[in-house]
Amino acid sequence: MISIDIHKRLHGAIGDMNLNIKLEIQEGDFLAIAGESGSGKSTLLRTIAGLEEASGVIKIGNEVWLDTKRSIPVQKRRIGFVFQEYALFENMSVLENLLFVDRDIELANELLDMTELYKLKDRLPNRLSGGQKQRVSLCRAMMNRPKLLLMDEPLSAIDPNMRNRLQNEILTLHKKFNTTTLMVTHSLSEIYKLANRVIILNFGKVEADGSPKEVLLNSNNGQKLSFEGELLDIVKVDILLLAIVLVNQQIIKIPIDSIEANNLKKGQRISINTNSFTLNLQ
Amino acid sequence: MSELFNNISFEPFLLSFKLALFTTLILFILSIPLAWYLSQTKSKIKPYLEAITALPLVLPPSVLGFYLLTIFSTNSPIGAFFDKFFDIKLVFSFTGLVVASCFYSLPFMIQPLQSGFEALNKTMLEASYISGKSIFQTIIYIAIPNSKPALLTALIVTFAHTVGEFGVVLMVGGSIPDKTKVASVAIYEFVETMDYNSAHIYSAIMLLLSFFVLLSVYIFNHKQRQKFTEFHR
Repeated sequence: MISIDIHKRLHGAIGDMNLNIKLEIQEGDFLAIAGESGSGKSTLLRTIAGLEEASGVIKIGNEVWLDTKRSIPVQKRRIGFVFQEYALFENMSVLENLLFVDRDIELANELLDMTELYKLKDRLPNRLSGGQKQRVSLCRAMMNRPKLLLMDEPLSAIDPNMRNRLQNEILTLHKKFNTTTLMVTHSLSEIYKLANRVIILNFGKVEADGSPKEVLLNSNNGQKLSFEGELLDIVKVDILLLAIVLVNQQIIKIPIDSIEANNLKKGQRISINTNSFTLNLQ
Repeated sequence: MSELFNNISFEPFLLSFKLALFTTLILFILSIPLAWYLSQTKSKIKPYLEAITALPLVLPPSVLGFYLLTIFSTNSPIGAFFDKFFDIKLVFSFTGLVVASCFYSLPFMIQPLQSGFEALNKTMLEASYISGKSIFQTIIYIAIPNSKPALLTALIVTFAHTVGEFGVVLMVGGSIPDKTKVASVAIYEFVETMDYNSAHIYSAIMLLLSFFVLLSVYIFNHKQRQKFTEFHR
């Protein structure tokens, strides 16, 4: 069991706010963390990693990482962390990037095999594509044999084809290493495909918590999942009007009615909210 | 032509390079932790430290030389301490020159290193901490290898600047042949004694050396940048 109860004052782009998060996570869970930008998602992840300070308690099984008396330094937490911007060691080859974490050549080879990176093992990071870099970053994170794998929007800079493949690899590694995984993401498909639990943060607080189905489809709890996007086009397919929306490099088609269509303009920034059965565009 | 050079002693040049080599090595070791601290800290004392380390850039060398002379002299507690416990005389000695040069050339080492470290990808450093590596290991294996152009600039500019210093050296070291009479001081003396021939030769050597040192830095940095952009095509 992982227990988190942290408090931190944040100075964000939208002004100051308090991050107050209380969470219990079962070991082996895949937890997706969603919410608008500035809601405290990354800070939560970075605080758990030990990259940022906060007051409160973090307990991983029997180990106490943070309480009033102590804060275990990031080096000793032995987590896996995947950054959105890869953060590979630029001076080291793919293999050296992995071995820098732990000189376990067997594990390194196994990971490179699994992710089909073995033939690239002697390349420097700046000779790799974005997708390849992120796979290296994922392998590197597993070199710690982490109990806890943290990922901060790992796929949002990856092109859609590669994204699908990486999602599968993330899931495979999550299961194989039996880690508890926390992933910040904006993508509904990722939440659905990967996570068994999702929380939505809003202004530093957990606004919704449950299985992806409960959280994303249930309107009774009054909480809304909202995505910002750009309306690219409205097309007519038979009697149906489809809004084509770009959200985070993903094109989403959403059926709308003619009254909605009249209120929308091409190129406009819109937000998509869930209610019980359909998506609303505003 | 050979006659012309026969009368020239190259001792002052050797002394200049020896001084520059010692100063550069000592400053390199001392500056890495300090430059690292300045590049990473969010502390309120940062601007004060930056201002202090940059002082030698704007202070007249005679002012710096005067203060160092005062501190190094056996009449001051510090000078007396070194004299008594280590038998080291800091005034009019080569050791004193090295210490004085370290003060004088400090900003030329600190500033390129600091901006090199500041330009490093922060998440790359965090990834190293997450990998279980200490700050020391991160500096050695990640920060230094990834800021090679800044490192080279710092080393060479510090070296060249120390070779080129004059005021501080003259104040603290005087002009003792084979001990503290470096090339720049020798040139000054030639001019004073109206030996323009020797002054010309010394000055021309200094000019050429300085030019080639700087040229090599710029060529190296240009190539590094090219290599980098090539990879990104």
